[in-house]
Amino acid sequence: MFETLGQKLNKVFKDLRGYGKLSEKNISDALREIRMALLEADVHFSVVKDFLSKVKEKSLGQEVLNSITPGQQVVKIVHDELVELLGGEAVELERPKGFVKILLVGLQGAGKTTTAGKLASWLKRNKKRPLLVSCDTQRPAARDQLRILAEQVDVPFFTINDEKDPKKIAAAAIDRATEEGVDAIIVDTAGRLHVDEELMDEVVQVRDLFQPNEILFVADAMTGQDAVQSAKAFNESVGTTGIILSKLDGDSRGGAALSIRWITGKPIKFCGIGEKLDQLEAFYPDRMASRILGMGDVVSLVEKAQENFNEDEAVKMQAKLQKGSFDFEDFLNQMRQLQKMGGMGELLKMMPGMGQLKDLQVDEKEMKRTEAIILSMTKVERSRPSLLDISRRQRIADGSGTTLNEVNSLIKRFNQSQKMMKKMGGMAKGMKGKKGGMPSGLPFGR
Amino acid sequence: MLTAYWIRLKMNWLKKGLKKAKDQISGQIKNIFSGGGKIAPEDLDSIEEILLSADLGPSTVIPLIDHLRDNSPKGIEYNELLSYLEKEIESLFQQDRKSLIQNSAGPTVIMMVGVNGTGKTTTVAKLAQYYKQQGKSVMLASCDTFRAAATDQLQVWADRLGIEAIQQGAGADPAAVAFDALKAALSRGTDVLICDTAGRLHNKSNLMEELKKISRVLGKELEGAPHETLLVLDAVTGQNGFIQAEQFHKELNLSGVIVSKLDGTAKAGVVVSIEKDLQIPVKFVGVGESIDDFALFSPKEFVKELLEV
Repeated sequence: MFETLGQKLNKVFKDLRGYGKLSEKNISDALREIRMALLEADVHFSVVKDFLSKVKEKSLGQEVLNSITPGQQVVKIVHDELVELLGGEAVELERPKGFVKILLVGLQGAGKTTTAGKLASWLKRNKKRPLLVSCDTQRPAARDQLRILAEQVDVPFFTINDEKDPKKIAAAAIDRATEEGVDAIIVDTAGRLHVDEELMDEVVQVRDLFQPNEILFVADAMTGQDAVQSAKAFNESVGTTGIILSKLDGDSRGGAALSIRWITGKPIKFCGIGEKLDQLEAFYPDRMASRILGMGDVVSLVEKAQENFNEDEAVKMQAKLQKGSFDFEDFLNQMRQLQKMGGMGELLKMMPGMGQLKDLQVDEKEMKRTEAIILSMTKVERSRPSLLDISRRQRIADGSGTTLNEVNSLIKRFNQSQKMMKKMGGMAKGMKGKKGGMPSGLPFGR
Repeated sequence: MLTAYWIRLKMNWLKKGLKKAKDQISGQIKNIFSGGGKIAPEDLDSIEEILLSADLGPSTVIPLIDHLRDNSPKGIEYNELLSYLEKEIESLFQQDRKSLIQNSAGPTVIMMVGVNGTGKTTTVAKLAQYYKQQGKSVMLASCDTFRAAATDQLQVWADRLGIEAIQQGAGADPAAVAFDALKAALSRGTDVLICDTAGRLHNKSNLMEELKKISRVLGKELEGAPHETLLVLDAVTGQNGFIQAEQFHKELNLSGVIVSKLDGTAKAGVVVSIEKDLQIPVKFVGVGESIDDFALFSPKEFVKELLEV
């Protein structure tokens, strides 16, 4: 189930290499696998249908190259087609000009209020002075939530606390904007179901009054097939100008992005990638395509690693590696760095071809035991592992609630990797000062 | 109780004027048969699509349809098709369905978990109302100390329900809030304590650790607590819902799932694989914005709704 599409297609095309052109029969099996992958990724079934016919058209009659496997060849076609459907190039976020009026709409719990705060922070970083307005008169304390976010971003905030009619708040907000001397207004609205005619009418009235130049539909990246229904309804009744995909820092494959883009034809303008208010970024169709196909997102992996990896530490570590003075203290630091990145399993899953590694999960418990063993060593022992004689080892085993065997095996692994690193350190001498140089080859396996 | 879900669902649509909108897209299977007669095996694709659109997932749907294709070469009638699908899909649910665990020695402790924006806080209020209607005394614990104004949101519900919500303000240690609340519930002899927690994505290990700590702290103070750990799942969630349930289950040993926002057009078909492969029962559904739009889950009614009959 967790094989990557590439591997599945390679199996389908196993005997095909050098057989001339791809025939209809050849690719029908492949199309079935692609269909499965896209449906598993929550791409809407009609989008899948449409998409497959395009892929079929492009694949038919293609020469089977000798240089790459037919599987890879089809994956490339699928990937390129996905990127195309998702909008091709990444949207460069231009600094907004003039007076900006943004209206946020969407279902309950899509993340509109958090996104409003993030947009305010983004505008502020782009030399704008936004006013945050809460027209959410439905959810209890929604207005307080946005008020607190406005304080955190340090931008002005407006609402009318006991007002039940969002139109009145929107109207008053426009006046307030003039008083405050801002050059942008972000209006947050209550979440609503697209089949709730009454509430859909209400948001249309707010729109007519507020006259926004951007109406952004906030959609949860984890949405399933229903994404098409809701995006379509919002687009038809409110008229969206773009999409914001929230919660993309989860592990959903994000097929909803494709469905929404397909049904509305509107560009995906931002992605929410974390709980912090600056975690809003541009949308990259190529990364999204890889993600939907379960091919691993190499770029994001590298960025995630960089984000969490302390560069000074890395430089220090490199120096240590070269001298071969890597000790248990460093080992512990390394392990904690990895944990900070969300655990080994998470990291591995992001790597290409590792999608199927679900079963080969790095045992987090094992890491905890290792940590306990190292923490039971004295500082001196950690920096001079050669001190660890049998009685010290026994004490460490007792102190960490592990066995002498486990301690021995850790020390053995440590010694082996230290040797290996000395070798690697020698090789890496020419690479000094290279950015993000992450020491690898840590002995986590048994 | 089973029909309570059904009636409430229908009433809610009527009340909100949603029925009209829903009717436009419902009865899809019936429409296929509008000309009467049988559906040919090659036309089963449209049935497959209807099932897929309910988020049942390809690994559940495709075998069902393949079976029909292979076993009904002469086509299949509407009633035959429906009873087959109803029977097969219902059989994927757990058969032995237990109700919520009660700690008769007092307080029954319930922990509500889930990813961001699924409706945990609203569901906490609905569950509190459910217990209140049974004559139980209920207390809430505001363990969402992260999201801005989450505590205020819960307090508004507590005020409306006339019950107490224990809180410590923004940024407090959620486990400490849980501990305080449990102490309070114990000393006041409260029947049910419901802990609201901050939404978190299941792939953030540090935040999952935080939940485990809350659970541990509760268990230390009162044996067996939390008696129920319920995952709130948004009905619009696709196949990622399975991974959510799997991860939360791995860390916290879930006792059940509550599906929220089932009053939209989403069918939440992903719960079928959660029931089948993870053996976690769905216990309640949320079907509207009002506090009473909440009902016990019934696989039979759920499948009926899924197939739009």
